[in-house]
Amino acid sequence: MEKEGRVSAAENRLRDLLVRGLAGEAPAYHAFLKELSAHLRAFLRGRLTRLPDEVEDLVQETLLAIHNQRHTYDAGQPLTAWVHAIARYKLIDLLRRRAGRDALTDPLDDELAVFAASDTEAADARRDLAVLLERLPERHRLPIVHMKLEGLSVTETARVTGLSESAVKVGVHRGLKALAAMMRENDENR
Amino acid sequence: MKTDDVISMLASGAEAIAPGAPSRRYATALGGGAFGALVLMAIMLGVRPDLAEAARLPMFWVKLAFPATLLAGALLAALRLSRPGARPGSAPAAIAAPVVAIWLLAAVALLAAAPGEREKLLFGATWASCPFNIAILSAPVFLALLWAMKGLAPTRLALAGAAAGLLSGATGAVVYTLHCPEMAAPFLGVWYLLGMLIPTALGAMLGPRVLRW
Repeated sequence: MEKEGRVSAAENRLRDLLVRGLAGEAPAYHAFLKELSAHLRAFLRGRLTRLPDEVEDLVQETLLAIHNQRHTYDAGQPLTAWVHAIARYKLIDLLRRRAGRDALTDPLDDELAVFAASDTEAADARRDLAVLLERLPERHRLPIVHMKLEGLSVTETARVTGLSESAVKVGVHRGLKALAAMMRENDENR
Repeated sequence: MKTDDVISMLASGAEAIAPGAPSRRYATALGGGAFGALVLMAIMLGVRPDLAEAARLPMFWVKLAFPATLLAGALLAALRLSRPGARPGSAPAAIAAPVVAIWLLAAVALLAAAPGEREKLLFGATWASCPFNIAILSAPVFLALLWAMKGLAPTRLALAGAAAGLLSGATGAVVYTLHCPEMAAPFLGVWYLLGMLIPTALGAMLGPRVLRW
């Protein structure tokens, strides 16, 4: 079948990129996230037809979740199943927050659906991650700003901020987790 | 922030991930928690004084094997439930098998016993305190496992919480065998199981609140 062929081609390519990314190859990891985001957008857009404005926010939230939880991917496992479970979890979490599972129009159980389509046209996110980033405490915010936005190395970030190298690494890790938690809470208070 | 900028932010400087992180996290939690349970048992209850003689009886090893095999099944389930999209596989069967086995042993023991003896096989001398003690001893592992699971990515939170609860209950029960004077299969099949089910139920209740990510 054509759909299955397309899915398994995407599965192989994305898995290869992710595995290289997990080994520390940043360009491969960037390509993985980029291509994945298009699949996520198509998948979520098709399932949030009543909440179209939420799609891009949820794409970003799911990408952050995938990044924060990337150590739970087992290379022996189909990537489709792993990504689908995370996207589904984040989607259901959003719908619960909205107390409206009726917003769902398509069945959610088809794992292959997650790589079946791709949509590179990003709408604007309504929630600005940069604003949430400002609310993080310094020990988390500075390592993220210097390392992840300005592209400094761990050593350089440590010198600029006066933090130790391990504090920089922990700061990035905890900061991104705190950011994910803020995306949820921010949403609940909206 | 545009999605492309978010992607660049996430990918920039992303370091290599050491494989096997989930298993290491579980090993830390289980090891630390089990040590806590041992200390708690030694202080609160004490090792049974005739442990050396008891260890020569086959039934002592059956009593140890029951929670130990359940522990293995629950560990399998908890590890699977901590990874998004991992199939349960043989975990449900691995959990059911020790329970069925101990119930079969219990049925045989009850049928073979004289009618007047059966009540003693079922209630022993410590039925009222046994489930409670197992639940208390499971507490250190329970807390450690919730920590371990929270750092991974369970997507079915009630089920994942229950698996963590059962795993902690089984570890608590293994440790409790060092104190417990009972040696009858019917006793184990009821009161040990009940003791392990207390943290299981607690985990199922707490999971959806505590394990969110």
